[in-house]
Order: sequence, then structure tokens, then C-alpha cells
Amino acid sequence: MIMEDKFSKTDIQKPENIVYKRTDLLVDRPLSYCPGCGHGTAHRMLMEVIEEMDIMEKTIGVSPVGCSVLAYDFLNIDMLGAAHGRAPALATAIKRMWPDHFVFTYQGDGDLAAIGTGETIHACNRGENITIIFINNGIYGMTGGQMAPTTLPGMRSSTSPYGRDVPTMGHPLKITELVAQLPGVYYVTRQSVHTPSNVRKTKKAIRKAFELQKENKGLCFIEIVSNCNSGWKMTPVQSNKWMEENMFPFYQLGDIKLDGKLVERKETVEKE
Amino acid sequence: MAKIKGDIVINTERCKGCEVCIAACPFTVIQMSKEVNSKGYHFAMKVNDECTGCTNCALVCPDGVITVYRAKVATE
Amino acid sequence: MGELRLMKGNEAVAEAAVRAGCDGYFGYPITPQSEVMEYLMAEKPFERTGMVVLQAESEVAAINMIYGGAGTGKMVMTSSSSPGISLMQEGISYLAGAELPALIVNIVRGGPGLGTIQPSQADYFQAVKGGGHGDYKMLVLAPASVQEMCDHVKLGFDKAFQYRTPVMILSDGAIGQMMEKVVLFDQIPRRTDAEVVAQCPWASNGRPKTRNHNIITSLDLDPAGQERVNLKLQAKYKMMEQNEVLYEEISCDDAEYLFVAFGLSARICQKAIDLARAKGIKVGLFRPITLFPFPATEVSNVGNRVKGILVVEMNAGQMIEDVKLSVGCKVKIEHFGRFGGIIPSPDEVVRALEQKIIGG
Repeated sequence: MIMEDKFSKTDIQKPENIVYKRTDLLVDRPLSYCPGCGHGTAHRMLMEVIEEMDIMEKTIGVSPVGCSVLAYDFLNIDMLGAAHGRAPALATAIKRMWPDHFVFTYQGDGDLAAIGTGETIHACNRGENITIIFINNGIYGMTGGQMAPTTLPGMRSSTSPYGRDVPTMGHPLKITELVAQLPGVYYVTRQSVHTPSNVRKTKKAIRKAFELQKENKGLCFIEIVSNCNSGWKMTPVQSNKWMEENMFPFYQLGDIKLDGKLVERKETVEKE
Repeated sequence: MAKIKGDIVINTERCKGCEVCIAACPFTVIQMSKEVNSKGYHFAMKVNDECTGCTNCALVCPDGVITVYRAKVATE
Repeated sequence: MGELRLMKGNEAVAEAAVRAGCDGYFGYPITPQSEVMEYLMAEKPFERTGMVVLQAESEVAAINMIYGGAGTGKMVMTSSSSPGISLMQEGISYLAGAELPALIVNIVRGGPGLGTIQPSQADYFQAVKGGGHGDYKMLVLAPASVQEMCDHVKLGFDKAFQYRTPVMILSDGAIGQMMEKVVLFDQIPRRTDAEVVAQCPWASNGRPKTRNHNIITSLDLDPAGQERVNLKLQAKYKMMEQNEVLYEEISCDDAEYLFVAFGLSARICQKAIDLARAKGIKVGLFRPITLFPFPATEVSNVGNRVKGILVVEMNAGQMIEDVKLSVGCKVKIEHFGRFGGIIPSPDEVVRALEQKIIGG
């Protein structure tokens, strides 16, 4: 039995006074994600954009393999679950055969930047008119915190228990900067969803990508740097702070490509 | 005189107690409960009347459990 | 009557796809089937019917494009040859698991590994017994002529949608490359988007306000749910076994001996029958046209009337296992095969019959 506190009920709580509520385009069921995980917020922003643009009937989403493998259970739109890494291939065919529909993929770093690198780069290079939403938390969350292509140097994971050793395990892959080089890619941005202002920026970026898709401008790629408090073995609040201090210096937030042109930015380097 | 007042309602059964909303609230309106919900999570709850309805907490809530209200209320 | 043309088997597949109302072809070049996509790109079906043709970056991408297109209810296909089909196995398993209709054409070449580019029938097991992970089957058609290459495309799409299953055309490099006359069926119009939506209420092609969201997936983490999925698939395969068996009997009425062969081997056996009968050996041919479902009862009926059976395949002995399971052990059953890209001659086949069955 939940105790009601004395502040629970007020006169303001009337339907006409609602200024923010969970969109109905999220299925009314608990999300499967860990407490504090950014996936939920990213899902919600995506669905808010689809709701505000009123394009549910013309939107087809592709979910990946990884933590968000069950995204199709939460996003209340037509969805396809792809094999690991292959979401851009599915999306390519879907968009080619339903060119007036909005098609997006939602993929994690293992899915998009490791096993699916080929599909990602070629869909980007063909300039498919789709939107790719890329959640980068630097780790394989679903399988239990293994090293990802985006794991930072020195960062611990269950398969780099003493920290990522660059000479033997390789460098973290900035796939977002990589795809931004491709002429088929029109808009590339890196955002996060850990503070209110970042959430607002992410939503704007998603909206922009869907608007550009309507204009057939080419592929739009949105990276959302996110936390994995379970994989990083921190509390959610700690993980957001750790993300600001460690992920953002390497995965610098902001626009990377606008209107088909690379934005001038300072190159970020690995720190040991 | 009228002033803007805000309010929040938290779906405590869906709250996973991540505390991200607490950090986002500019007026320390939210704290964690001592009780737990049926999933065993301490949940976020409103602890004062300072809410302005800014929606920050609801925006960052990963599970989307917060509904925000805002209204003009008359002041004496 | 349809249009009569002289075509390569691979070209017949491509032309038949356009005429069947196919919505999309996604493939990757590999010998000996590259003519399928080459023909399509030259023919510009995107102008003729609106059909999409796309060269993918790999067979892995191609089969997953098929999965994407099929999941929206569109009529899609790919073609490849043995090594490429091996790469597609994961995607085919997903297609079967998610119950998606698709047509996959395998113009088989010799293996294992990179093998050779010459014709072979060594992918029988891979096609008929599953190939990828999990308990699934595909409906497998084995054309023996360019005409059948054409006709099986239409048949394959029909069955793929009827059963919501991947269908494979298992051909080989010889039938793919050889030219024969073929009567092409008339153009069937591509379905409109509205017709696709109406015909495929299960497909994910945009959720109208009038229904819940559709989900295309092969995942069910609940073991009881996943067992239900498996039982449903098995029931579907049972239905295919009851209703979809196709085969051909040639000179079987008075036969004392029997060849069992599919595809190209069956054509060689037809010539071998002439040679053998000229020598006074009464031999017939049983040709399975569907390899799954296998014509088990039918081959058993014929097989149990003869003194001996020679299974002729361009492999080391694959279909012979199904023949033995079907016919039982009362009749002598032997295998004759050439492999690695070698096509057996009719003489060789007759000699093998004499040595392994009649004299053996």
C-alpha cells in the first residue's frame, strides 16, 4: 500500500491544466530498461515528435538487437525487429518501397558500430532517406556490460576488466564523425537526454531529422550519448555525472553536419 | 493578483527510483519515499508546494511517470 | 497464350519476377547467377511496373532488405549462389521465425568453401533441412528447365504469401546459364499500397488509428510463447506436406528399375532412360519438384514396385537420405553422384545403374 503524502492532491490537478504528460504513442506498460536509463527518455522524445507531426499512420520503425530489442513493445507504432546490426538494411528496403512513409532505425552502439558497421555505412553512403537514432552508452548493456566499439580507453567492462587497453583492444570508434564524411548523409548531430535542456535539444534534433526526411534530403543521423548505470556500475545520477566528465570530452555534443556541410569543430582526442 | 502555480502527479507504481528528476528540479520539490512500491523501488514524491510546472522533472524521467500541471491561481 | 522467348534460366527468373508483380529485388553479384540482377537493371522494371531493384553491399544486407520489405507486406525476392546463400542463412531463419513471405533463388555452384563456379546440387541439405538455426523449413522448388525457372517464380510467390513463409528455388549453374525457349506468363499488375495493406493485415506498414500497432519479430523471450511459435510453424509445414507436394513420373509404368533425381540430374536421367531402354533395361524416372515437402508417399509407391533405385545427384549423396526414409529397406537403393562442378553424362548414369543396381 502506497502512502499518500499531504501534497498529493491539489486543485491544479485538472485535465485542462496538464502541461506535460507521457504521450499515448508510448504503450501503457512499464519499460524494460534499468532505472535511470536514457533509452526511456529517447523513446519518449521520438514518440512525441511523431505525435506532434501527426505521422503515426505513415511511420515505420526498426528496432535493433541490444537493450532496446523490445523497443517495439513500447513504441505504439508499426515496428520491425531486425537481426543484430541489420536495421539499416531493413530500413533501406522499407523506405524504397514506401517512399512517402517515415522510416527510422533505433540502434545501440554494438548493433550500429560493431556488427552492423557495414549496413550503417552503406545505408548512409547511399543517402537513404531514413533517420538513424543511435544510442551510444559505450557498452553492451543487454548481454551484461561487455566492451563496445565505443568503450573509452581505460574504461572497464566485463570483457575489459582492467580497462580498455588500446594497444590490444583497439581505439573507440567515432562512427558518427565517420558517417558525417559521407555525401549521402545530410544532417548529423550528437545529443544527450540527461538534463532538461539536453532533452529539449534532442527532441528538436529528432524533429529536424523527420522534417528533412519529408524533403528527401538524405540520411539524418542522431547520436544520443547515454548512460548505462548498470553496466558502468554506478547509480543513475552518478552515471550521468560520469558521462559528462568522461564521455562528453571524447564524444563532443553538438551538430556535426548541417545542411549537408560539415560543421567546424575541435577534434577531440583520447585520454588515457 | 494571480500567479502561476505548478503541480506534478507521479505514477509511483511505475517509478523506478532513479532520482534523475530530483537533480532536474530547480525548487527541490521532489524527494524519494521511505516506502517502496510493489516492484520494491523507493519512488519519487512531491514534498512541498514550490512547483512551478516547469516540466523539467517530467522531461528527464526515463519512465515518463510524471504528469505536470500548471494554472493561474488567485493570490490574496 | 504467353510470349515465347529464348532466354537464359537466370534471365527467365528475372523476367518472371517482373511479370509476377514483384515489388522489390535486392541482391549481390555472385557467379553463376549475376544475370538475374543484370537483366533487371537493364530492363528497368522501376519504369515498367514500379518494381524496386537494388544492389546491396552484401548478401547479409540483401537478405535483411528482403526481411524489411517482406515485413511491410511487399512481394520481395533475392537471388544468389551457394556461398552467398550460406551468408543469408541467419536472415532466412529470421524470415521463417517472423513468418514472412519471400522468394530466395539459389543457383547452386560447387562447394564447400569458395568451391567452384560450376553447377552442383550440393546445397540440398542446406535448402531442405533448414540451413540456419532453429526448427524451420522452407518450401523448396527444384526446376529442371528454363520454363520451370520462370513458372516457379510465380508459384513461389503464391506459396510464400499463402503460407507466410520463405520459399526457395533450388536450381544450379547449368539451368541458370543455359538458354531454352520459354513461354512467359502475362504481366500481373503489382498490388497497390492499399491492396498490400488490405491483403497483409499483419504487416508493419504504418499504423492506422483503427488498429493496434503491428510488430514483426522472431523473438519471444517467454519459452511457452516461443514453443507456441514453433508449434504453429510445424503445423504449417504439416499443411505443406499434405497439400503442396509436386513431382513428375517418367516411364514409370513398366519400369523394373528407377532413377530418382531432381533438377538438372533429372534431365540427364531422361537421356539415360533412352540409352538404357535401347539396351533393354526398363528404367523410369521419379523427379521430385518440391524438395520440401518431399514426395515421400509418391516415391515410395513407385519405388516399392521396382527391383532397385539409383538416386542420381550432383553431390555426395544428400536427397538419397530422404528417398531411403520414404521407400524403406525392401528395395535396393544406391547413389550415383559427381560433384565439385562436374555434370555426369547419361552414359555414366547407365553404367552406374548396371554396376550398382542391376549387377550389384
